[in-house]
Amino acid sequence: MITRMSMSIDMFAYEFMTNAFAAAGIVAVVSGLTGFFLVMRGQTFAGHALSHIGFAGATGAGLIGLAPLWGLVGFTVAAGVLMGLLSERLSNRDVAIGVILALALGFGLLFLHYYTSFATQATALLFGNVLAVDRVMIVTLAALGTVTLIALAAIMRPLIFASLQPELAEAKGVPLRFISTAFLAIVALAVSACAQIVGVLLVFTLMVGPPAAAQRVTSGLWSGLILSAALALAEAWLGIAMAFYTDWPVSFCIALLSALAYFAALAWPSPRATHAHAH
Amino acid sequence: MAPESRHNHRVYLWIPGSLAARAPRNDKVCFMTTAVTLDHATLRIGGRTILSDVSFAIREGEFIGVLGPNGAGKTTLMRSILGLLQPVTGSVRVFGRAPERGDPAIGYLPQLRTVQPDLRVRGFDFIASSLNGHRWGLPPFGNGNHALIDETLDAVGARDLSRRPLCEMSGGERQRLLLAQALIGNPKLLLLDEPLISLDARHQEVAIDVVRKVCRERGITVLFSAHELNQLLGTLDRVLYLGNTQAVLGTVDDVITAPVLSRLYGTDIEVVRAAGHIFVMSRGCDVERTDHAHDHDHAHEHEH
Repeated sequence: MITRMSMSIDMFAYEFMTNAFAAAGIVAVVSGLTGFFLVMRGQTFAGHALSHIGFAGATGAGLIGLAPLWGLVGFTVAAGVLMGLLSERLSNRDVAIGVILALALGFGLLFLHYYTSFATQATALLFGNVLAVDRVMIVTLAALGTVTLIALAAIMRPLIFASLQPELAEAKGVPLRFISTAFLAIVALAVSACAQIVGVLLVFTLMVGPPAAAQRVTSGLWSGLILSAALALAEAWLGIAMAFYTDWPVSFCIALLSALAYFAALAWPSPRATHAHAH
Repeated sequence: MAPESRHNHRVYLWIPGSLAARAPRNDKVCFMTTAVTLDHATLRIGGRTILSDVSFAIREGEFIGVLGPNGAGKTTLMRSILGLLQPVTGSVRVFGRAPERGDPAIGYLPQLRTVQPDLRVRGFDFIASSLNGHRWGLPPFGNGNHALIDETLDAVGARDLSRRPLCEMSGGERQRLLLAQALIGNPKLLLLDEPLISLDARHQEVAIDVVRKVCRERGITVLFSAHELNQLLGTLDRVLYLGNTQAVLGTVDDVITAPVLSRLYGTDIEVVRAAGHIFVMSRGCDVERTDHAHDHDHAHEHEH
């Protein structure tokens, strides 16, 4: 008991733990806010595909001696822009995205095959390794997150209009193609940051779980955004703490909490029920 | 055979001063204020000609029923009026000017799309998103547009939709919300693209009544596209019938005739008038009904 107590006090005494909390905090807020619009637009699968394409980018970067993060950023942003330019319709097409996603994972494997010493990092790329984050990475993630959120804020208003009513938005002068392309590029940046924490396979836990839960519970825009970011933050931090005490992998803990929060939100009483009672 | 006679009592609600204010410049049809004019306009999408060398003039304050088979160009025509599609040849004029994207004088209700089942956006936020939605930056915090949105919802009798999530509204309620939204900013021209689709017969009547009431009160010109003529008979002033890349504008008596429709459908068409209804038949089938699979109650009374 005593050792447990001292552990709980000492959790923040370890630098790798404070680093993990800082990095996960930055990424969670960025993911929760960006993911909110991904869910609103029904493009979650596109986000998933971007992360897999990022895997090929990260392993490819390793092959030519670059940091995996920049391979991730380069590949996902390029893919996001391409998806946006190929028109909104294509980026929503599950089969086309699925094929590209599988191809990207295949390329990731090929790159790993030719750069075998890099293979130890494959697990970290796929499932994240937040406990290995250093100060430089925190600064990089903060910069990446800032750019992502500034870009998101710049297009947020027309993005919402275009997501809810594309035809009307087009008629009112919103450049739909530009908005969807810029948004997928923003998602690509968020995915790159997110993959550093939970890995490319689990970006859904921070980018889709929290916003989906938030949108079940609240129907307001700002309340939804704030709740989404708060949920992502809580899941990330609680996940790290949980991993610290249980010795389970951090990404598993975050994935578990994300799923629990989502299913709890599904069980949340519908506002319609209270509305009906009011009459 | 009654509906035709009713067309004689159609009312134009000219807003005083609107004639002077809206006097068309450089418009070929100078003797009458026109809301929408197509002059030998050809509209093409991706190499396919949708409307070819079409000319007509819609007067201000008119309620126009836009009819025609699927793919005849109803939506395309509206997109050209909105300035989203330039005519290949000829011209499109809206209140005497070339159409302009984002023209506040035009209210637009696009064809209903399926709404994501999980989208819990409230009616209020849905409409609020469209207000200055083209501007960059963050959407406004708080409920700054409350008065404006409440007012427009009141106009269509739908104040209660403000707090309800979109995914829980019925098709009729959603259309009402969209109509309320289209009326914001007091447009002079309303483009309603298939607003009756997915509504049952009763809600169709209600929707038409709401549009008629609001638009007559405010003197708004309406282009109301529909699959079916009969429910609009008591409301519309003239019919714009599209088909076979052609368009014919005129009264129901002039347009809904076997020769005109045969030309527009490119096949032999029979027009049968019975019990106050008009049926457009091709080889014994009602062409308006075969287009879409709605189960309307044919026998219901029209109360105009």
